[in-house]
Amino acid sequence: MENAFLQDWGITLMVFLPLVGALIMMAIPGSREEDHKLVAFVTSIVTAAVGFWLVIDFWNLGKSEWANLHYTVDKNWISVIDARYLVAVDGISIPLIALTLLVVPLVLIYSWNHIPNPGNPKAFLMLILVLHTGMLGSFVAQDLVLFFVFFEVVLLPMYFMIGVWGGDDRLYASIKFFLYTLFGSALMLVSFLALYWVTGSETFTMQGLAAGVETNDVKLGTQVLIFGGMFLGFGIKVPMFPFHTWLPDAHTQAPTQGSVILAAVLLKLGTYGFIRIAIQILPEAAIEWAPWIGLLAVIGIIYGALGCLAQTDMKRLIAFSSVAHMGYVMLGIATLTDFGMNAAIFGMVAHGLITGMLFFIAGSVKDRYHTLEIKRLGGLLVQAPKMGWILGFCVMASLGLPGLAGFWGEFPAILAAYQPNGNLPVGLFRVYMVIAAIGTVLAAGYLLWLLQRTAFGTPSEEFEDDPEIHDMVLTEWIAWVPLLVLIVLFGFVPNIIFDLTDGAVTGFADAITDAAAGK
Amino acid sequence: MLSLLAAEGPSVPEVFDLVWLIPAIMASSFAFILFFAKRLKIQAHWIGIPAVTACFIFSLVIAANWIGYTHDVADSHSAESHSSDSKSEDGDHSDEEGVGASDESAAPFVNAEDVVVTQCGSDSHGDDHGDDHSDEGDHSDGEAFGAGETAMGADLELAVSEEGEEGHSSPCPVINEVTWFENGGSAAEGGSDIKIGTFVDGQSVMLLVVVTFISMLVHIYSTDYVNGDRRYTHYFAFLSLFTASMLFMVLSSSTIQLIVGWELVGVCSFALIGHWWEEKPNSDAALKAFLTNRVGDIGLLVGMIILYFAAGKTFSIATINEMAVSGEISQNTLLVAGLFLMGAVMSKSGQFVLHTWLPDAMAGPTPVSALIHAATMVVAGVYLIGRLYAVFFIGFGIDGGTLNAMALIGGITCAMAGLLAFVQNDIKKVLAYSTVSQLGYMVLALGVGAYTAAMFHLFTHAIFKACLFLGAGSVSHACHHSFDMKADMGGLRKYMPKTFWTFMIASGALAGMPPLAGFWSKDEILVGAGAFPGTGGNGTFTIPFIFGMAAAAMTAGYMTRVIWLTFFGDYRGDTTPHESGPRITTPLIILAIGSVFAGFLNVPKQLPLIGSKIGLTFEEWVEPAGVSTFPIIDHGKPSLGLAILATGFGMAAIVVVWQYYKKLYSIDRKATEYTSHWADKNGLLKAGHTMLVEKYYLDHLYTDTIAGGTKGPLARGTYWFNQNVLDGIVNTAGKSATVAGRFIYKYIDQGAIDGSVNGAGAGAASWGQALRRIQSGKVRSYASLMFGAAAMLAAVFIIAV
Repeated sequence: MENAFLQDWGITLMVFLPLVGALIMMAIPGSREEDHKLVAFVTSIVTAAVGFWLVIDFWNLGKSEWANLHYTVDKNWISVIDARYLVAVDGISIPLIALTLLVVPLVLIYSWNHIPNPGNPKAFLMLILVLHTGMLGSFVAQDLVLFFVFFEVVLLPMYFMIGVWGGDDRLYASIKFFLYTLFGSALMLVSFLALYWVTGSETFTMQGLAAGVETNDVKLGTQVLIFGGMFLGFGIKVPMFPFHTWLPDAHTQAPTQGSVILAAVLLKLGTYGFIRIAIQILPEAAIEWAPWIGLLAVIGIIYGALGCLAQTDMKRLIAFSSVAHMGYVMLGIATLTDFGMNAAIFGMVAHGLITGMLFFIAGSVKDRYHTLEIKRLGGLLVQAPKMGWILGFCVMASLGLPGLAGFWGEFPAILAAYQPNGNLPVGLFRVYMVIAAIGTVLAAGYLLWLLQRTAFGTPSEEFEDDPEIHDMVLTEWIAWVPLLVLIVLFGFVPNIIFDLTDGAVTGFADAITDAAAGK
Repeated sequence: MLSLLAAEGPSVPEVFDLVWLIPAIMASSFAFILFFAKRLKIQAHWIGIPAVTACFIFSLVIAANWIGYTHDVADSHSAESHSSDSKSEDGDHSDEEGVGASDESAAPFVNAEDVVVTQCGSDSHGDDHGDDHSDEGDHSDGEAFGAGETAMGADLELAVSEEGEEGHSSPCPVINEVTWFENGGSAAEGGSDIKIGTFVDGQSVMLLVVVTFISMLVHIYSTDYVNGDRRYTHYFAFLSLFTASMLFMVLSSSTIQLIVGWELVGVCSFALIGHWWEEKPNSDAALKAFLTNRVGDIGLLVGMIILYFAAGKTFSIATINEMAVSGEISQNTLLVAGLFLMGAVMSKSGQFVLHTWLPDAMAGPTPVSALIHAATMVVAGVYLIGRLYAVFFIGFGIDGGTLNAMALIGGITCAMAGLLAFVQNDIKKVLAYSTVSQLGYMVLALGVGAYTAAMFHLFTHAIFKACLFLGAGSVSHACHHSFDMKADMGGLRKYMPKTFWTFMIASGALAGMPPLAGFWSKDEILVGAGAFPGTGGNGTFTIPFIFGMAAAAMTAGYMTRVIWLTFFGDYRGDTTPHESGPRITTPLIILAIGSVFAGFLNVPKQLPLIGSKIGLTFEEWVEPAGVSTFPIIDHGKPSLGLAILATGFGMAAIVVVWQYYKKLYSIDRKATEYTSHWADKNGLLKAGHTMLVEKYYLDHLYTDTIAGGTKGPLARGTYWFNQNVLDGIVNTAGKSATVAGRFIYKYIDQGAIDGSVNGAGAGAASWGQALRRIQSGKVRSYASLMFGAAAMLAAVFIIAV
């Protein structure tokens, strides 16, 4: 049974605590920088405490319960448009919530001595906390209007983080990020509203709409169009080829903390939306779209990898690799199978941990060398051996080495493509399978080449005796070790995540099978 | 259900339940060295050596138990088959196979005499998830595959065409598994249950012993060889991790576990090849090794995926094999899966066209070359074929065949690599090509159905090739860390007798000189090809046989060349060579002794004096005969004529090469341009020589054309497309929105809607302004605008649809 307090307040408390922290910080003058760091950090820790209490309580419900929604809070919100404050969690959202709860405090620890220019930790940390609420809210919302609000709440803080604390080209990158994502959101909203009207269910709850689509026998053509709107909204966020061009700019220009959060959590809002909303509500349309999503996914895998090979900047390379990695996640989703969607969620978490780590490293390298230009780097293993080894480890994790977390997002997604669900064209998906498998070679190529050029060899003359270049510092250790440990842990004990997601995902996959059979 | 029967039969030694400790010990050793060795100021080898020695001893215990178990099972079988009554008493087996217990027509591959095939438990086939699964649940305790603690399911009276020798009966593999994760619910609910565990059978036990043995000797050797190295601790940490990964892979009970181990050994290989990563050639070699293997891994992943679905959503090695044997998986599927898996074999085990990384891998420290790139990791491909032998044997139609992809690849590899070994001046590269060639032999053997011969050759090769590599290391230790035979060696037999004699013995073993180890194993392979009159076997594989014979002669030839250049003639280096210390020579001596005697483990039964007593013991221990997880294979008949012929070829090659070098170096003490003596005289010969020196131009193709083309034009072209086409569209959209905005502002609206709304990137106002605008309430109008627009669009949409 759920703990009674958590049942009533758990989710709400977890989601809004960061906002409370931000309000407190508002009252503290900006000059007291240390206080701000402390308040922000304590807030994130308290949030994590509540959140992990919820996660553990959820875990204790037992495997058979993980498929269902729990801790449901259902209140009237905006009754004019039938929008409800409906929040709940199940096995699909729990891993992503846990990831968010973990990453934000680590980012704040890292910020202790890594506040990017032009300073002003008060504003910077407040934005992170607002972001925190937005991300957690998106993963718990079960009402489309509520989801949309949280989804958009995420946008602004990230826009400011890139625009104010970003690199040289921050202006262009931030506006591009903002408008591009907003463009997708607008179309997504159109779809939400259309759903509301075509089903006539007078509700925005996801389950209500899913039932509405089924009972009202919404025409397939309409479903496909509505799915299209969601596809753009979520697809841009993921980002899927060819809507990815905002990502390398945003990532490259964002401050380290922004990049980490962007990679670790923000991109997952898109893939999560596909599973939670698009597929759940419109299974029949999902079957129609799946071959195309699969196609864009495998193009993304190869295209992203080739893009990486052409990069001259370490951070931009890592950013581009997200296009390829999210391609595997989307391929897993496109198969509409239980294994594929399990892999997708695993891939989201793994990518969050691994790419988050890579961005942390890139940030620390930049702090020391003041450049990320690959050809000027080299010999990191000589000058900062521990960081060099960690980079090597993360590179291995990122290229999908079995025994580390990345593998379980990648291999099962490839596997699932062999036999897709819902009468999808088998031959086509087997072609995707082989292309995706080829992508693993390219991934190894660009990542190891990066490792060779940055970590191996000897330092260039320019940096040979640079006193600023030193090995790891304490905040880096504290922020990174949990991520590294989890990468290994999930690699060898994948059932921690698979068990959580399996029940709920199997439900979705069965719905797809039924939809295909009913056609 | 099955666990209810099995009332009789010998019990499985309980120690098999603990075999997982072996990789676990090595993994702990790795973690301990990595995290604590330096902090506690313990020299890394004081952790690594005790760990690996403990593993070796434990492996011996496992091996002894396995041998005992094999004998028990064989005894109980012969007892059973003689009194068929004892069998019918437990004839009321409740599973479906039990019904056909004494029915000759119950199973395929039925032919002649009286061999008992043991059903190793088959109710776990993925396609019939019955209720009887529920009681198996998440068992984590010891049981032979599907048949409970005491192994042995129902026995089928089966008839097998078994010519020549008497067949023996082997125990089923002993499998201990736990659920790793489930997918689509548990197996009982129609999902798939993905397991991890240990798989003890002859093949894995043999590898356990080989890996821990060689690893132990390499550990000891390394304490001297890499003494004072810049990364001594890391070196030993990775040795431990490699050993752990290799053992983890060897003990895999599921194909997915095998993939994990397979890749982990690859990473250790990467890290150790690039051990001295300050120099670019080393890191290049490491990258090349990893990437080439990744290419093969495409095949591994796809092949395993095909088998996963073919076997009804299971990764279980035993189930896949059993379904392949019983014909539940079609031959076409097996063939396709087998071909994909061959890709992985070709890269890992250095088969021709994907072998190019292996010679480059010699950039790593020499003990690593001995352990990883000669004795153990590179045989992973051979191991994989053996592990899924039913898949390959039936898929490639080896039974009764004349040629198939595997035998051909193996044959080409052993000959092509043998040729390349002749033109290397670096002693380690000769040995590397020799390794490629010998791996080709093993694959050839598997391709002609000579499973035991392949495993036996793997076994003997590990010993004598490790001896040769470690010997080469000892030589280079003496010659100022040079590996160049022509420039820095010669005449070393006088300076380092222990190294010389051990190297001689191991070379003799490699060259197949009787009665050294390689003679017996190589002879078995040539016999197994079945092309020599009177040898029989699974088919008549003439072309692989010819390649094999040619390679046998070449092996003797290039090893003679190595020995001449290194140990005979005059010393050509600048320093004074010296014999290595005891930590180097002791492993050499142990391995040399092994190179002499290992072959006697599997001499033919027909051999006078000892044959009847110790003949074919290796086969009894290792080959899983008469079990349902292994295909029924034929054994060739040993032929004295063939042995004499092959040895004669080798001898002839030795004499020719010996005379050639003796003459050459009597003319010119520093003959480095020896080619001028013969190759220039004939255009064709010269072209051939150039071809060999250029390694068939494969490196040019891979590095320059494929990798260079991908990294260069293809990647740059893609990125250009990204920046100019895709991003161009986005920027144009942004810019035109700005222009449109200005237009509306200027001509239509006086300021209610501002250009900044659409002020994308390019022409936008300064940051401060933008910020101020948003702060001054524009966000709200922005949001309302968006909501309004969305609502309108939705309305249009609804009407339109």
